[in-house]
Amino acid sequence: MDILDLSLCELSAAIKAKKISSLEATEACLKRIEKTKGLNNFITVCEEEAIKLSKRADAVISSGGEINPLLGVPIAVKDNILTKNIRSTCASKMLENFIPPYDATAVAKLISAGAVLLGKTNMDEFAMGSTNEFSAFGAAHNALDFTRVPGGSSGGSASAVAAKQTFGALGSDTGGSIRQPAAYNGVVGFKPTYSAVSRYGLVAFASSLDQIGPITRSVDDALVLCKAIFGKDVRDGTSADVSLPDELSGDVKGKVIGIADEFTEGLGEKEREAFFDAADALKKQGAKIKRVSIKSFEAALAVYYVLSSAEASSNLARFDGVKYGRRAESYTDISDLYEKTRTEFLGDEVKRRIMIGNYVLSSGYYDAYYVKALAARTVIKREYDEALSSCDALLCPTAPSVAPKIGSEPDPAKVYLSDVYTVPVNIAGLPAATVPFGHIDGMPLGVQVIGKAYSDGDVLSVAKAVERARG
Amino acid sequence: MNGISDEEVQHIAALSALKLSEEELKSMKKHLSSVLEYFKTLDGVDVSDVPPTAHILPFVNVLRSDEPGESTPTDELMRNAPESDGGAYIVPRLVE
Amino acid sequence: MYIPTIGCEVHCELKTKTKLFCSCKNEFGGEPNTHCCPVCSGFPGVLPTLNETAVEYAVKAGLALHCTINKFSKWDRKNYFYPDLPKAWQTSQYDLPLCVGGYVDFMLDGKVKRVRLNRIHLEEDAGKLVHDGGVSRVDYNRCGVPLIEIVTEPDMHSAEEVVAFLTELKSILKYTGISDVKMQEGSLRCDVNLSVAEEGAPLGTRTETKNLNSFRAVSRSIKFETRRQIDELTSGGTVKQETRRFDDNKGVGYAMRGKEDAHDYRYFPEPDLLPVVFSDERLDEIASKIPELKSARISRYMNDYSLPEYDASVLTADKEVSDLFDETVSLGIDPKKASNFIMSEVLRLAKSDGSEDVELKIVSKTLAGIIKLLLSDEINNLGAKTLLSALWGNASDPRKKAEELGLIQSNDEGEIKAIFDSVIEANKKQAEDFISGNDKLRGYFVGQVMRAAGGKANPKIINALLDKFKAEKS
Repeated sequence: MDILDLSLCELSAAIKAKKISSLEATEACLKRIEKTKGLNNFITVCEEEAIKLSKRADAVISSGGEINPLLGVPIAVKDNILTKNIRSTCASKMLENFIPPYDATAVAKLISAGAVLLGKTNMDEFAMGSTNEFSAFGAAHNALDFTRVPGGSSGGSASAVAAKQTFGALGSDTGGSIRQPAAYNGVVGFKPTYSAVSRYGLVAFASSLDQIGPITRSVDDALVLCKAIFGKDVRDGTSADVSLPDELSGDVKGKVIGIADEFTEGLGEKEREAFFDAADALKKQGAKIKRVSIKSFEAALAVYYVLSSAEASSNLARFDGVKYGRRAESYTDISDLYEKTRTEFLGDEVKRRIMIGNYVLSSGYYDAYYVKALAARTVIKREYDEALSSCDALLCPTAPSVAPKIGSEPDPAKVYLSDVYTVPVNIAGLPAATVPFGHIDGMPLGVQVIGKAYSDGDVLSVAKAVERARG
Repeated sequence: MNGISDEEVQHIAALSALKLSEEELKSMKKHLSSVLEYFKTLDGVDVSDVPPTAHILPFVNVLRSDEPGESTPTDELMRNAPESDGGAYIVPRLVE
Repeated sequence: MYIPTIGCEVHCELKTKTKLFCSCKNEFGGEPNTHCCPVCSGFPGVLPTLNETAVEYAVKAGLALHCTINKFSKWDRKNYFYPDLPKAWQTSQYDLPLCVGGYVDFMLDGKVKRVRLNRIHLEEDAGKLVHDGGVSRVDYNRCGVPLIEIVTEPDMHSAEEVVAFLTELKSILKYTGISDVKMQEGSLRCDVNLSVAEEGAPLGTRTETKNLNSFRAVSRSIKFETRRQIDELTSGGTVKQETRRFDDNKGVGYAMRGKEDAHDYRYFPEPDLLPVVFSDERLDEIASKIPELKSARISRYMNDYSLPEYDASVLTADKEVSDLFDETVSLGIDPKKASNFIMSEVLRLAKSDGSEDVELKIVSKTLAGIIKLLLSDEINNLGAKTLLSALWGNASDPRKKAEELGLIQSNDEGEIKAIFDSVIEANKKQAEDFISGNDKLRGYFVGQVMRAAGGKANPKIINALLDKFKAEKS
């Protein structure tokens, strides 16, 4: 038996039963990371720290103390989630030397649950991107096909889970950054309800949309990670307690699953077929499929890019070369210092988003773009709430298609279109899980289960039913 | 709206504390124009009499009690500073 | 005839224990960056948590200044780059501040004048920059300290009026207990918006002079800027809308350099802070925590203690002085006597350095002790003055100190009579003049007797002896 073939839950059981030590599991992961380092999934591997943590976990197990399901389990963390004394770069040159003085709450919770931190995963710079090609540390690769993108922005986390470099990973999802790369790599990704996981220590991209969540090889694995990282945090006034079940029934008998026409209108034939296969699979398990409508669906992407860019332009202004991060070599005065530092150490896509953000917030355009997008946000939320009032969950594709080839789309504006199925969920603050279902050219497709706010357990349970049908 | 001028792009760059070369200005202008064109899909949503949503959350009044906690040691804060001296961040002299 | 029109933005730091968005101590001074954490230093990934007491204090200020409290209030980001602003935005309130409207009434040239307030909002202070050779040193100790910004309507037209307004505003704020309002420590600062126009004409273009931190600077900068704008217009020029500074040492104002034309703060709702909503009950609760304010004290002093209105308003001009008065009275001192002594002697010492910040270095127990010695004739007026100075900032026992300084006077009539007689004997010519009606010599004799008695004779007894002497001889 290869340790790395186990799911997180299986490893957890084996560690508890003392069949496998945390050190063995950790070393297996580190070896695998080294062997497959060409995937470029990690920006930082913290080998020493991981070995130390695994030994500590093993000591707890042999002393017979209380055993948390995550005790001794190796986990990877996206590089925009801060780790105390471990370099956290957000895949930006700006922060290539940044050593945080504190742990993100989600990381602190993982560590206190006994998880072993393997390292920090590659991503699009500051989580802005859908292909991972905007990493200042070079693009990560798709675990299933080296010539394809792993998706973004949590591409490193998703590819690492798929490549069995880790048993699970944390990602962040502002407009699909957990779900889309999970789908591209054939693994499970879950974006919790906005507020379920503290954002303290997550380097903000778009504060009103950002949410940390798990990427794993199974839905049950995702639940284990959620149980560790969920919870109200005094350091995050926008966090809340969201309850989760101890286990997922995966029972959809009698459940009503909604599908909006707008979800499938733009799909290709094969993608459409795979999507409806997933719906049929739920029907076979006793679910009822209901047609619903989300009229504002098409506008969601514009709403997303207005709001996320506006917030990003402000959130990223602190990277100015004064307190941390890089500073330009020479400058004449403070303005020159700011401009040279930011021009040199921020990447092109980040600059584009900052420019869009400052444009829509600037006087003269504020009402036409920003205020309008906030009002459209209200409409989108209302329409999702309305659809979900008559359904237990919605079923939606995760991405328009499978992972594209690296370098295949040179127009950055066109790349934005790949987020069309994921962004409405962030706009409405809802929980959504992606589960692999179907293939095209050997590459996996994903299907998304979207639920009511605070019904995270129900979403995972329906996702488990989709997973079961996949076999 | 898509007729964004060079001056506007430069103004936005200044607000963003970014310097754009001639070439960057051109490609930025093109990108901004195409994105702003795309933003026209916003017009497809009827937002008359719809209030803006600044917060998606249903709660208010999240407050912290006024109890002092520990501050962070100065050297830990300064550890990442590009230039510091005597516990202060150093920047080129500001002229008011 | 050009007339200036003036509005103010007054920044007042709140005296909370912690900063507005983190638990770092809100303390003046300290080594650079020692009251700081990742939140107030603007590190990546941090989030703000709103200080409940700061919100309460801002509402108290609003209630004391007759504002309407917004039942729904929210936070916004004001975006700009400057090294004293680590997040590159100031968390403030844009369209829905905590308080709107309100007014301040004050006396000017014997008349009641009202300045209307536009709004009061809660925001965070910026850090401090110390310019040092070719560099500036950045310290975030002050960064995130809660402050309220009180914005007036352009209701004022002279430096005197603005200073009178600020004096009253400062006094009211101090009564609410929400701030130290110490201008020297920067806990009260004022920006002045000023334009000039001919009487009856529409308002002119205004300039903003920022960060004035004494009444003197406010007054001088207004006079300077009024003159400058009038000179500009009368010489055919125009006034440019700009942000200015005033150099109080040189007495001149100047336009700030920098990209002032690029002021576009791109305000938008702060996604990390949820709105604050007040119920009527909560507002009543906050109102009940506001201590007795000045107007109530003036009425109380006039009604309960029969003090004249002038005395009541002098005593209540500063809360600490008024508190000292109340405590001294509660220790059994007659209100009128306590009032006279505080107004004549205590206030002289408390404001000796010409600053607008009153500094009391005496507690009520000591003060009551001094007044008791005076009222029981154990010390005389001069002795009381000397004793007060000696006990200023030094809380020793008043009687012991008076003895130590030899201020306890003699009330032994026989002893004083003996000295008096010898003084008369030695000054026969002057004694005759005195008897024949030259009352100016009274002071001379009191002085001579006092001198001979080593300064310890009760002047009342000497005067009585003089009266008796005159009556007997004439």
